[in-house]
Amino acid sequence: MAEQQNNVTAGYVKPAPSEVRGKKASIKKKKDSLVKTVFMGSIIPVLLIIIWEILCRAGVVPSNQLPAPSTIVEKIISMAQDGSLWGHVWITTYRVLVGFVIGTVAAIVLGSFVGFYKKAEQLFDPMIQAFRSIPSLAWVPLFILWLGIGETSKVTMIAVGVFFPVYLNIVSGILGVDRKLIEVGKMYGLNTLQLVKRIILPASLPSFLVGMRSGLGLGWMFVVAAELMGASQGLGFLLVFGQNMSSPETILASIILFAIIGKITDWILKLVEDRSLHWQDRLEK
Amino acid sequence: MSLALRDVSRTFNGTTAVQNVNLEVQPGEIIGLLGTSGCGKSTLLRAISGLDPEYDGEIEINGTVSKEIHDTTGFIFQEPRLLPWLNVLDNVTFGLTGSRKDKENRAIDYLESVGLRGKEKLYPRELSGGMAQRVAIARALVTSPEILLLDEPFSALDAFTKMQLQDLLLDVWKKYQSTIVLVTHDIDEATYLCDRVVILRGQPGEVEKEVTIEQERPRDRGSEELAHLKSEILESLDLSKQ
Repeated sequence: MAEQQNNVTAGYVKPAPSEVRGKKASIKKKKDSLVKTVFMGSIIPVLLIIIWEILCRAGVVPSNQLPAPSTIVEKIISMAQDGSLWGHVWITTYRVLVGFVIGTVAAIVLGSFVGFYKKAEQLFDPMIQAFRSIPSLAWVPLFILWLGIGETSKVTMIAVGVFFPVYLNIVSGILGVDRKLIEVGKMYGLNTLQLVKRIILPASLPSFLVGMRSGLGLGWMFVVAAELMGASQGLGFLLVFGQNMSSPETILASIILFAIIGKITDWILKLVEDRSLHWQDRLEK
Repeated sequence: MSLALRDVSRTFNGTTAVQNVNLEVQPGEIIGLLGTSGCGKSTLLRAISGLDPEYDGEIEINGTVSKEIHDTTGFIFQEPRLLPWLNVLDNVTFGLTGSRKDKENRAIDYLESVGLRGKEKLYPRELSGGMAQRVAIARALVTSPEILLLDEPFSALDAFTKMQLQDLLLDVWKKYQSTIVLVTHDIDEATYLCDRVVILRGQPGEVEKEVTIEQERPRDRGSEELAHLKSEILESLDLSKQ
């Protein structure tokens, strides 16, 4: 037996020093590739910005229509200095986050029921699918009528927008769990609750995270709509304000800020995804 | 633990897959279920395990008749079926209860015996097919099942790994004296491992013949007696015969 085991192990076991070295090398490689990704990704935007700046300075484009990038940056800096910037950014982010959390929680609760129970699927799913085919922005007037133009109607709208992608992905994630893995759990005598916790939830996590990310994207879309309708603060309000003041630099500054925080929040979710799904056997380019 | 099947049949939507199977298994015996594909071997094994309770007839495990899953039964599937989000160690401790330390120590013992010591932190995607199947074997053995059910566990492996794992199974059997039911379509495997080979034939599958192998272990894979048994089994499996 002992000898046979040696045979068995000889092939792969023993984390040799080469493996440790390999690890260090791979970390270094990762850093290199990050630098490279950032560099490659920024070539075209930087070029475009330079061309834009030159065109503006040369007077080819009228600056009251399209201000130069430097003017926009100045605008952002001046807003940061007088403090108004933080208020706008904060209130918009706050609305998105609250709406996102409410929408996600509702989707988790309903999605789990529909995913686990046939009866719940028959009861709720057709209705939810029907609601889904209504463009969510169509709810705006109704929400304003019901809830006023305060925070409640805005947050509700965002929650509605976030709900659908998260819900759909949770349901399909749960329905897509491999029966073979569930059998493994059953073989070890797990009850329904344990099966959910130890097999179904981890197995449907990838799909859930995809849903969260597209939900967050929609959340940002809806916050603009909500703030365009009526707000006294927020990045969406800045858009309307810029339009009324005919100051394109305000509008563009607001758009850029949307891009930046939208990207940051998505990046945070992406980080969570990479952390929790490192076990996935994915294609690496 | 003893195991008995009485008049076990299984029908799927009107099609009978396997019918009237009677089988008595003594504690510590290794039984092989052999047959061509589609004769209901795996169906029978799933019925014994309790994963499929929709059969007719009785299955008695250690004196009690029930259609539930027994916690003293272990199942090794054809594929490893490891949970991809758990590393090797957590996959092996999956079915254990108790303190983390105890579970891990037990798991490490079994990983040692399947030759995977030092691979605890790897994830299933990083394992080769043979390694993954060995983890699955360790996972099934770590709960010390009194009845071990194997559904063509080595069929997807290369010939060398297959032989190593067959010997490993015998080592484990010697140590724990589990009762083993092995579904296989590999006659060499059946004659090398089993005390008794039950041959299933036809559609719906029925027991055609039982072959008892009395040769002492360790057996010689190339011995004349095993070759003799093989031709006997082949003859009863002969597809041209009706």
